[in-house]
Formats: sequence, C-alpha cells, structure tokens
Amino acid sequence: MDAPLNTTHVLQVRGLTKRFGGLTAVKNLSLDLRPGEIFGLIGPNGSGKSTAMKAIMGIERPSEGEVVFEGENLAGLPAHKIARKGFGMVFQHSRPLNRQTVLENIMVALLPDSLFMLFADKALTDRAKWIAERVGLAEVMDRRPPTLPFADLRRLELAKAIARDPKVVLVDEPFAGLTLAEVGTFSELIRSFRDEGRAVLLVDHNVKSVAALVDRVLAMYLGEEIVTGRADDVMRNETVRRVYLGGAIETSARPETSFEDSVPLLQVENVSVHYGKAQALENVSIHIHQGEFVSIVGLNGAGKTTLFNTISGLLPYNGEIVRAGEKLRGMTPARIARSGIVQCPESRELFGEMSVRENLDLGGQHLSDQDKDAQMAWLFELFPILKERQNQMAQTLSGGEQQMLAIGRALMMKPKILILDEPTLGLAPVILEQLSKALEKLRQTTPITLLLGEQNVTFALPHADRVYVLEHARIVWEGDPGRFAEEAGTGYL
Amino acid sequence: MADFFKSRLFWISLIVVVIASTLPLYVSGYILGLLTVAYYFGVFAMAWDLLFGFAGEVNFGPTFLIGVGAYTAGILNNEYGWSVYLCIVLGALAAVIAGFVLALPALRVRGPYFGLTTLVAVLILQNFIVVFAELTGGEIGLTIPDVITINAGVNYWIALGFMTISAIILYGLSQSPVGLVLQASGQDPVQAGALGFNIVKHKLAAFVVSAFFSGLSGALLVFYFGTASVGTVVDVAVGVNVIVAAVLGGRRTVLGAALGAIFLIVAGEFLRPTGELATFIVSAVALLVVLFFPGGFLGAALSREARS
Repeated sequence: MDAPLNTTHVLQVRGLTKRFGGLTAVKNLSLDLRPGEIFGLIGPNGSGKSTAMKAIMGIERPSEGEVVFEGENLAGLPAHKIARKGFGMVFQHSRPLNRQTVLENIMVALLPDSLFMLFADKALTDRAKWIAERVGLAEVMDRRPPTLPFADLRRLELAKAIARDPKVVLVDEPFAGLTLAEVGTFSELIRSFRDEGRAVLLVDHNVKSVAALVDRVLAMYLGEEIVTGRADDVMRNETVRRVYLGGAIETSARPETSFEDSVPLLQVENVSVHYGKAQALENVSIHIHQGEFVSIVGLNGAGKTTLFNTISGLLPYNGEIVRAGEKLRGMTPARIARSGIVQCPESRELFGEMSVRENLDLGGQHLSDQDKDAQMAWLFELFPILKERQNQMAQTLSGGEQQMLAIGRALMMKPKILILDEPTLGLAPVILEQLSKALEKLRQTTPITLLLGEQNVTFALPHADRVYVLEHARIVWEGDPGRFAEEAGTGYL
Repeated sequence: MADFFKSRLFWISLIVVVIASTLPLYVSGYILGLLTVAYYFGVFAMAWDLLFGFAGEVNFGPTFLIGVGAYTAGILNNEYGWSVYLCIVLGALAAVIAGFVLALPALRVRGPYFGLTTLVAVLILQNFIVVFAELTGGEIGLTIPDVITINAGVNYWIALGFMTISAIILYGLSQSPVGLVLQASGQDPVQAGALGFNIVKHKLAAFVVSAFFSGLSGALLVFYFGTASVGTVVDVAVGVNVIVAAVLGGRRTVLGAALGAIFLIVAGEFLRPTGELATFIVSAVALLVVLFFPGGFLGAALSREARS
C-alpha cells in the first residue's frame, strides 16, 4: 500500500479462476507480490486458498486468469516449468527419500532436469551443505530422515524449496504441527527469505497466526477475495470479522447444571494421539452430558478430526474414553458405531454412485422395516429436499444437499451421540441456515446428544450448550458460548 | 559413488561374483544350466525393480518387454538367418521401441490403470503370437536354428557376465542423480514437479531402460534355449514370477531383485522331487515374505542400516 512506487512486482496474479466441474474453488482472484515482501493468503477451510496457491504453482491448471512472473504469463504451464522459472514451494506434508541422507535429499532439489546427470559434482555438494547450514540442518545433514524430529523434517522442506534460489517462495501452512518455540524459529527463517529479496506467499487459516510475519494479507472466503491490506486492518474489517466470528451471535445455551446425569454420558480423559512424530492430541479431556450439545471449536489442523476419529475407535491412543461407565478401548469401530456413537465425517463419505434413498437405507440397515420407515419419514420432515431427491445419484447433489444426506444417513442409525465434523465446510450461507434450523429442531424435539466440530464459529456457537476450544492439539478454553467472543474470540481472526 | 567402493555391499557382491565365476570348474552341467536361466531371470527382475522401486510404477507386464525382445531376435534369426549377435541387438531395440510406444500413453493414466495397461499389452502379444503362428511358431513355439554356443560353461559365463554388467549399470543408475530424481518422482510426484522435474520424462526414460535390459535378456535367453515359446517368455505366469522375484529380493534395491530371481529358480528346482508341491511351496514362501517382510531380503537389511 505505502511502499515506494518504483518497486516493480515480481508476481502479478490477475483474475485467477479455478473450477472443478461445477464447483468454482477460486473466483477471479488478483494479487501482486513485490520482491522482499511476505504476503499472506488467508481463509477458512474450504475457502480456496490452497487451490489458489496450487494454481499459481501450476500443480492445478488455472481455468482462467493470468499468473504474470517478471512480465511473462505462466498460467497453464506445468509445475516443473514454473518451478524452473524461479518458484519454490514448501509443502505441508513431506515424503523425503528415507534411504538417502539429509544432504542428499537437498541435493536432489539442486539437480538439473536432465537424464544425463550421472555424477553429482562437488559444487552441488557444497551448495547443498551451505543450504543445510542456512536452515539449521548442519548438525544432522548426514543423518537419514526417519531419524529426524518433526521440526527438522519441516526444515528439510524449506531447504528444498529455496535450494535453487527461487524469486518467489510459496509456503503452505508454515507452522502446522510445530511447537510455539519452533514457530519463532521458523518465522525468523521465513523473514530471512524476505530479507534476501525473495517474495514469499504464505497460505494459512487465520490472520492471527501469521500477523506478526506478513507485510500484507489477502483474506478470502468461498473462493473470493474479501479484502487485502495490512494485517491489523484486515483483522478490523467488518466482513472478515463476520466470516470468522459471525456478527452478533445469539446463543441459547442451557447451563451445564440443567443436565440431570451426574456422571457425564461420554468422558474423554487425558487422551493423547501421535501420528508418527507429530503430536495430534495432547492430554485432551472433554465430557458431554446426556442430551447436551457441545461444540469443539478449532482451526484446521488443531486436532478436531483426530479427536472424533479417536472416539470412533479408528486411532490408537493413550488415556481413556468412557461411555456411561464403560471403557471404549478395545471395541472395534463398527461396534462403537452400532452402540450409538455415530460420526458424520468431514469428507462425508457418501456412496456417490448410489441413490439418495439407497444411501439412507444403508444407514438404517439394522432397523426393522417398520422402524426404518418411521425414521425415514421423520428424516424427510427434517430435510424435505432429500425426499425430492430420493432417486438421484448422491454424487449429483449439490454440496449442501450432500451434507444433508450425510447427516441424514448418520441419523438413520438412530445415534445416541451424533458427531458432526465440520458440516459447514465449503457451504454457502443459505445452506448453513437450513442446517442450523435442522440442528435446532434436533435439539428441541429429540433426546440426541451432539458433538459438533467446527472452525466456523458463527455456526458452532448458536447450537452449543458448551464450547471447547482446541488449539495445537490441546484444549485451551472451555465455557459458555456467550463468553466465547470476549475470552477466546481473538484467536479466530 | 566413491563411498560405494568402500561399502560392505560392494565387497560382498565382488566376492559372490568371483566365486560364482569359478563354478563351471567343479559343478555339473545341470546346475550350470539352472543358474544360467536364473541369471537371465535376475536381469528381468532388476529391470522391473527400476520401474517399481524407483519410478513407483507397477508394470504387470514385464513379459511384454521380454517377449518382444525374445521373439524379435528369434524370428529374425529364423526368417533371415542373420547373425545371432545382430538379432540380439535388434531384439533389445525392438523391446525399447515397444516399451516406449506402450509407456507414452500409459504413463498419462494414473495409479492402477498404468498396471492394467501393461497387463493388457501382454495378453495382446500372447494373442498375436498364437494367431500369427506361421511367423512365430504359435503355441508350439519357435525353433531357432542358431545358438550362441552349446558349451554349458561358456553359456554360464555369458549369463553371469551379462547379469553382472546389467547389475552394475542398473544399480549405478539407481544411485546416480537421475536415479534420485526418479525415486523422488515415484514417491511424491506433485512435489517432484514443484522442484522442477519433468516426471513423465523421467519415468519414460526409466521404462525405456527397463525395456532395453528386459529385451536384451529375453533375446539372450532365446539363443540359450534354442527355442522361444509363450510359456517361457511371454505368459502372464512368467511375469508374475519376475514380480515375485523382485519383491522377494527387496524393493528399491536392484541387486536384491537378482537374488530373489536366483532363489526362486534354484528353490523351484531343488523342490522338484516334491512334484506338484514345488510350485506351491515356493509360492507360499514368497507370500510369507511379502506379507511379513515387505522390504524383501535385501530391503530388510538395508533399512536396518538406514535406521542405525
């Protein structure tokens, strides 16, 4: 904004659009990057930010628009050509070569795209060593990746991305899975890329986590730009606040004391889960009463899905999960689901080539015909659109209808505890309203217990009797939804 | 590279090859003949491992490449009486061309479809051989007028030499910068692309190299047997044996594949007295290794070293 006018842009993205079939993931996105600038591309899960980054890098071919690098339009070129022009990308998940050393892994990134490079020369080795030192891997460069801690594997990704001295560095979720101390070190590293004159594009979920690092931020929602500006301006922006925090949220929480069971229906006690070296849950304890609606709020990667999968019996864990006095450990996922804890996963997992009706029938397979018909009739009242679409193939439904079908199929199992993982992912506001009404109806007319995982606070709060905030694998706040905005809300911008 | 000459693997391989080369001095022609076939099989398996272990592509039709090489060499010799060596070279070239033509479209499809394409190629070749029986000898097989030599010892040395040279080239290639890029492309194609590597180009090159060694080995085998038949160089079952050998020996090791092939053939022969049970026992061992030691013989040893 207030940078000197004579700095030229190294990258200009103009009208970038990416469609997947009927879904427009990125709509007419434009942004400029100057050399020596850190630019944040921010948006909630499903907002299209990662797709935008992949389209810039050429991993996804843009449907429309231009990606102009130093005056040349690169849109439509394959990733390897764009990389050779001067782009480097830091991936969130890495799969290093496990039989090669760290140094050799870095050397791979330095090799030319040639079939005749049969011997690596010394200059290459020296350059790889220099890069290893540069990102703090000097101590471990002769070790093999399987023996490294998680943070060093992330450093290796940084090393590979900057190996060929790119002018533009794209970073996907720079701090995912790192401890607070490591976040500090990595911020320094990314700043040093800027100081070397590189343009850095960061993709992350919320402004706060990258506010201290970025020069400018573009916030996006449902594939479109909301606003671009300095981090604090963006955080103050009305629309951004509404997307992340919702406007004036009306909550209708029932106090915890109003639930009659003295021992909660479901208790998760000190549960920890690891994925290899990354800790996905750390001593998480939550409880839910019979008939209570509890929301777990947390950003992408905080551990919500891991928590739900652990409850559903899909992951090994330390700690205990107790339901009505009975430990769930050792029960198969199928038995847990049959016993009434039903998860409706984030990815929906519909049977795309079966009809709506068949999907629902599968959910109600263990019911008697009479019960099944009754449950189906009740369900069609809850989601009238499913009745109309009965004979349509599930994969031809819109995103919102698919979500309703996924919830409907879970409800056909007559769950006692329903777990909804990010039901609002990528859905338009009008659909959210319909889902909202359905949840309200469930709360008022059925004895069902609900565990809702959301990063969309606007959706999570109105339906919650109680809220937990999950951050970096830990529960950091628990309380009444009415107090959320003032006590925990700032973390969600 | 320099490290390799100091490594244990190098010294062990050297000793094994030296000992193997002295075998004709004191073992029977029967064992030599068995090992000759095993060595050619070893090259099939190593060439296959380059594709599966490094490029990450499962080629269900190794015998397509082997068969094209073998039959081209055999037919040329049978029809035109060209010299054995010219026929062998032309057989290898034919395999390269066939491999290129197959891989170019096949590499564009992802995942299991690549494997299916290669499997269908074998079936097409098999049908072609049966249908054009006048040229190919059909189901009875093609009798080839010339052989390289009838001396069992010399045949053995040729096979051993060929396998050793192939192993040096294939292993060297797999450890070279190109091999590293290939391995990276196989493991994470998206990231390899973002690092600036043309994945299709590298995989295509791997396929061509694999085709060359498969075809060359197939052609040599034909001139050792003096016949070419569907059952020995084309049938899907032969291809499955090549795959089992490579997996048994250890994915991504190249040298392990040769070990696996030798084990498979020698074990099959030693169990011959058990009659029909032989195939069953060998298959059961292979299944157990794949299920419980998916790294294979050499893979298990190498990954233990990597972790220490």
